[in-house]
Amino acid sequence: MKAGFGIRDSRFALPVCTGIVLLLAWWLAVRMTGTKIFPSPVDVARAIVSLSEKSLLWSYIRDSLVRVFAGYLAGVIVGMPIGMLVGWYAPVERAVNPVVQMLRPISPLAWMPLAVIWFGVSNAAPIFLIFLGTVFPIIVATANAVRNVPPMFLQAGRNFGLTTPALLRRVVFPAMLPRMLASLRIAFGVAWVVLVASEMIAVDSGLGYLIIDARNAGKRYDLVVAGMLLIGIIGLALDTAFRRLERAQAPM
Amino acid sequence: MKVEFHRVSQSFGSMRVLDSIDLSVRAGEFVCILGPSGCGKSTLLNIVAGFIAPTEGEVSIDGVPVSGPDPRRIFVFQERGVFPWLNVEQNIGFGLYRLRDGEKRDRIARYVQLVGLQGFEHAYPSELSGGMKQRLEVARALAVDPDVLYLDEPFGALDSITRLQMRRELLRIWEAEKKTILFVTHDIEESVQLADRVVVMSQRPARIRRIIEIDIPHPRDLSAPRYIALRDQLFAEIGLAHQV
Repeated sequence: MKAGFGIRDSRFALPVCTGIVLLLAWWLAVRMTGTKIFPSPVDVARAIVSLSEKSLLWSYIRDSLVRVFAGYLAGVIVGMPIGMLVGWYAPVERAVNPVVQMLRPISPLAWMPLAVIWFGVSNAAPIFLIFLGTVFPIIVATANAVRNVPPMFLQAGRNFGLTTPALLRRVVFPAMLPRMLASLRIAFGVAWVVLVASEMIAVDSGLGYLIIDARNAGKRYDLVVAGMLLIGIIGLALDTAFRRLERAQAPM
Repeated sequence: MKVEFHRVSQSFGSMRVLDSIDLSVRAGEFVCILGPSGCGKSTLLNIVAGFIAPTEGEVSIDGVPVSGPDPRRIFVFQERGVFPWLNVEQNIGFGLYRLRDGEKRDRIARYVQLVGLQGFEHAYPSELSGGMKQRLEVARALAVDPDVLYLDEPFGALDSITRLQMRRELLRIWEAEKKTILFVTHDIEESVQLADRVVVMSQRPARIRRIIEIDIPHPRDLSAPRYIALRDQLFAEIGLAHQV
């Protein structure tokens, strides 16, 4: 039986339909209001093509990706060990937790003025902001994951004579990792958001800069929307890649 | 005596779980601790394994008081105790971190063989059946060559056919490896099939009601009159008429 075979069976058919409907609605809205400022989908498509013909776009994308990965990796490398100690040792938790909980609700963008003073117009500023945006959620998620490691695994590890550092490395870390992957993906989404915002102020390249520059240098809203779309598309691609990794990594 | 419980009591807050347990286990003996669910028999096993310090009394092994977990005595959980991020070989090799590579390889191969997991050396626990995971956990325990094994309702999550096979396997391994075994169960038949002695516990707070010697040689005939007599004696001791 092939009942129902068709549009519902394809992983791509439905999202593509949604996309077409939204594009149509966008196009119609621009037509009917007769706006001169807001670009139509056709204008934006033209803008993307003209951008991609210049090497500038690719170097912007590369700059953005370098920053997001650098900031995110710094967040992971610093956040996970601290999170493990917070989750493992109650005194460390009591010492570190209030600071983390106080710094966490401060938007990383609030650090922008300080970042510009400290780092000037350089890659270091957005990397620093992305680091701030990811490190606190990663500390909190890691500490939770450590506390949720089944006690049986810890007992087994102790029973085989593991010292605490060995237990953390050989049991706690691998046991918490599957639980961590979703949190790591969410933190990456945060990193991407912070990246674009910080590029609007702290640097002179990248996708965020593309948007702000297109507006400042001649109100090119076709380029503004093109930049927004590119940010969305690359964000989606990275999230999909992360989900793939998550699924491949989860045999439990 | 290999293992000695001396007036061991345990309370959690105001709840008394174990009440003055005295028990001696000989080296190489297979002892089942039988009691109703929640009576505190798992707590007893956690105390002798060194995971919990008793509120009163003391457990000693080879005359030395137990002060914590020790690789010479391994605790086997239900099959969920295997590490899901390690494959069969890596699980068995988990406790062998002090051995040289070659020695470690030989030891792993030997225990893969002993529990019949050949061909699954590189499989992960998620790819194994419940019975295979349980065998894997037993192999991981045996690989470090402990002299005592603690088993806490190890076959409780298995289907009844696999459970019977696992009992036979365990007896074979016990006879081959000469371990002292403390085996906690709530299954009367299981205790009569496996043990040299069955320690019958009471409801909480658990005391030892009675210790029954199972004087039948292995392999045991499950329809022999002596088997049935001992089994019925245990049913009576637990307070059940043997009827459904």
